Amino acid sequence: MDMEMKLSDFSTRAGEWLRGIGPLSDIVISTRIRLARNVAGYPFLSRASAAQRQALEKRLRDTILSAGIAPRMIYVDLQAAPEIDRALLVERHLISRPHAAAEGARGVAIGEDETIAIMVNEEDHLRIQVLRSGFQLDEAWEQINAIDDRLEARLDIAFHPRFGYLTACPTNVGTGLRVSVMLHLPALKLTGEIEKVFRAAKDMRLAVRGLYGEGTEATGDFYQVSNQVTLGKTEHDIIEEFKTDVIPRIVDYEHHARRTLVNDRTVALDDKVHRSLGILRSARLLAGEETLYLLSHLRMGVNLGRVKDIDINTLNELFLLTQPAHLQKIQGRRLDGDERRAVRAEYVRQRLNGV
Amino acid sequence: MKCDNCNKPAKIHYTEIRNGKTIEKHLCEQCAAQIEGMQALAKGHPPINELLEKFVLAHQDMQKQMSVTCDNCGVSWAEFRQNGLFGCEHDYQVFEKELTPLLQRAHEGATHHVGKVPARAGGGQAPVRRLADINRLRRELAKAVEMEDYERAARLRDQIREAESQ
Repeated sequence: MDMEMKLSDFSTRAGEWLRGIGPLSDIVISTRIRLARNVAGYPFLSRASAAQRQALEKRLRDTILSAGIAPRMIYVDLQAAPEIDRALLVERHLISRPHAAAEGARGVAIGEDETIAIMVNEEDHLRIQVLRSGFQLDEAWEQINAIDDRLEARLDIAFHPRFGYLTACPTNVGTGLRVSVMLHLPALKLTGEIEKVFRAAKDMRLAVRGLYGEGTEATGDFYQVSNQVTLGKTEHDIIEEFKTDVIPRIVDYEHHARRTLVNDRTVALDDKVHRSLGILRSARLLAGEETLYLLSHLRMGVNLGRVKDIDINTLNELFLLTQPAHLQKIQGRRLDGDERRAVRAEYVRQRLNGV
Repeated sequence: MKCDNCNKPAKIHYTEIRNGKTIEKHLCEQCAAQIEGMQALAKGHPPINELLEKFVLAHQDMQKQMSVTCDNCGVSWAEFRQNGLFGCEHDYQVFEKELTPLLQRAHEGATHHVGKVPARAGGGQAPVRRLADINRLRRELAKAVEMEDYERAARLRDQIREAESQ
């Protein structure tokens, strides 16, 4: 299999999870579930020798690729992969930042149009992830549970009757389950009500993070909401809470804030949206974060029908394809500073029929 | 100087700071003995030795706790406290006592897994499916307690004990 070919394909289009389809997709960008698992009989990674790490990586790679999880799974050896490819995978949410930056034998198996990404030798031996566009928790759970069943039929998984699935960090122990829902909340940000969401989330023991998870700032009005409690609740309970309570509530807040903008601050809203479109269609230099905010306001404008001639899928793709590693992959060379900003601006103008 | 409460000579003088206000107190031994925390002073035995002893003992306990080490991976409780990561699956049992309050803080008071159970685990020998039943019973027990159905709770508790002893 030509891996390089495959990764290059990645750089020109978005994965399924960014298609902008699925329920509530005007606000819910994507749904992600991950399961943390370790193989019994091997030390956790902080204590594994290079040889143990290597042996584990090979065993897990072989197991994943032969478990019949999905047709045409590809496996990326991250120890061998160049930095730009690892950055590309981070931008596509297929691996975590620490996994890209780590050292030693490790990898990621990707399948089903990037809806499946299984990290090998991250903080735990296995971090199984399923990503779906829009709000699709049940589908994601069904898919990941089936993958987990297939893997545990072939591996002895570290498990304890009292503690559940044993993880390197006890904050994940029990179910090892983390639900992360990525939300686009530009109106709550504009009306200054976003702090209310943070407070409510904190009360419900949920974490709110930025675009790239742990330790990242919220840019472009994207927020990831995820559970922190993994012990003492069933997987079903955790998922139901998100499905019936957490997410519908935040989505309602955002819808309400958007209606307020449309009804009470119409001109200001249209100014914001069209100003963003104007800059995106005309600028000659675009910085990364600036682009995210401009695209964010434009996306809200399109969702609210304030702008007619822009395709929402194009916008969803631009959020991803204007990221540094993607731009460099598309251009096929390293880009720094002003050159990168110039290339980004040119690419955006071309995709939005700019001047 | 006379005692603030009676007319006996004041022997104990102290300053209390309450809500940012400084209050000076002058008491006789008998009146001081009525106030919580003042007995030792009133008896004329400053508890410094006792305190030191307690402090040393507690410190020793903590040292002992910190040096508990897993035979399998070599991680000590102190190391775990530093980086938050265990070294192997056995650490959960080795540090069970120390870990429990941390789990409760991280997981809203929970100390037991009630979710999915793998078809096989721990070398493929452990009869794990039975655990699924125990977990189900635990959930039912929690529900029964919540509903204040104590008769049913007692029955469930016995069933759990029986299942666990098998």
